[in-house]
Amino acid sequence: MAQAHPTDTLEPAPLPEGVQGIVSDWSSDQRAFKNVPWGKAMMWIFLLSDTFIFSSFLISYMTVRMSTTEPWPNVSEVFALTLFGQKIPLILIAIMTFILISSSGTMAMAVKFGYEKNRRMTFILLLITAALGATFVGMQAFEWTKLIEDGVRPWGNPMGAAQFGSSFFMITGFHGTHVSIGVIFLIIVAIKVIRGDLDHERPGFLTGRKGNYEIVETMGLYWHFVDLVWVFIFAVFYLW
Amino acid sequence: MAHAQGQQHAAQGQQHAHAQGQQHPIGIYLKIWGLLFVLSALSYAVDYFHFQGYQRWFLIIVFMLLKAGLIVAVFMHMMWERLALMYAILVPTLLLMVLVGIGALEADYTFFTRGVFFVKQLL
Repeated sequence: MAQAHPTDTLEPAPLPEGVQGIVSDWSSDQRAFKNVPWGKAMMWIFLLSDTFIFSSFLISYMTVRMSTTEPWPNVSEVFALTLFGQKIPLILIAIMTFILISSSGTMAMAVKFGYEKNRRMTFILLLITAALGATFVGMQAFEWTKLIEDGVRPWGNPMGAAQFGSSFFMITGFHGTHVSIGVIFLIIVAIKVIRGDLDHERPGFLTGRKGNYEIVETMGLYWHFVDLVWVFIFAVFYLW
Repeated sequence: MAHAQGQQHAAQGQQHAHAQGQQHPIGIYLKIWGLLFVLSALSYAVDYFHFQGYQRWFLIIVFMLLKAGLIVAVFMHMMWERLALMYAILVPTLLLMVLVGIGALEADYTFFTRGVFFVKQLL
């Protein structure tokens, strides 16, 4: 907000678009990412590194699954639930997917209302997002409990290839940790919003940076990323 | 896309006009949300109706990439960012395909040598 942007004082020349734009942005002084607050650029770079972490997990899962000579457990049956006297395959995971997608939807709207300085709506939507995230983690805890009771361990399981357990706990555990951290940060951001910290540019407790609504968008990037990772886990772990 | 960035809702903030703020009508988020629901339901249907083989793989990967694309493009506002940021984030991600290829080659070879080893044990 109070940061001095060149736009505040004089009309800047329009930035070139296309390939020309890439070259001029990257070869310009001071900053390559124009029109982007540095917090957002940093979040994107963090997310890129996180992408590589999750990719390493998923690719090593692919490698162990393709190379094992034991049969892989039937994922569709392992994650089936009995609802209303009927055994429905993979239903828990499907519900978790819908919950996480919904939380992404509410997060996107929170960002929108944040930039409109609609404190109440932003707060409510952030809390809904956090609640959906917490529900997701709760269901994951339920799933872990069920699998552990069924005898699945990182070093083996009664249903087939031993690598199933290690991949499962590693991948979903890391993802669940990301969701849990996200929920904590969502609550922190929601409190900042409703207290008016962002409207009044109060410095944060950690960095002392002046508050502004960009942090809602940065928070949103992280949260959508968590949803994005789940899209890949859902496809390659649960549907393979 | 016709959604103008920033200044659209500049009523509240003319004095500190936020060229950076990503503001888009709420309708687009709701539409994408709906689309993501449909795509998730479809990928669940792939499992529910027991599609197998290449058909299963094709459908799973198409739905996965469509969902990922929608989330990154709209929810994460990537389609409204400048190309410099877009390429900085998306190109390294594409390079991961190389790692997938290497992993698959390695896995095939491991599987083959394990097969040879176990067959020898049987003889």
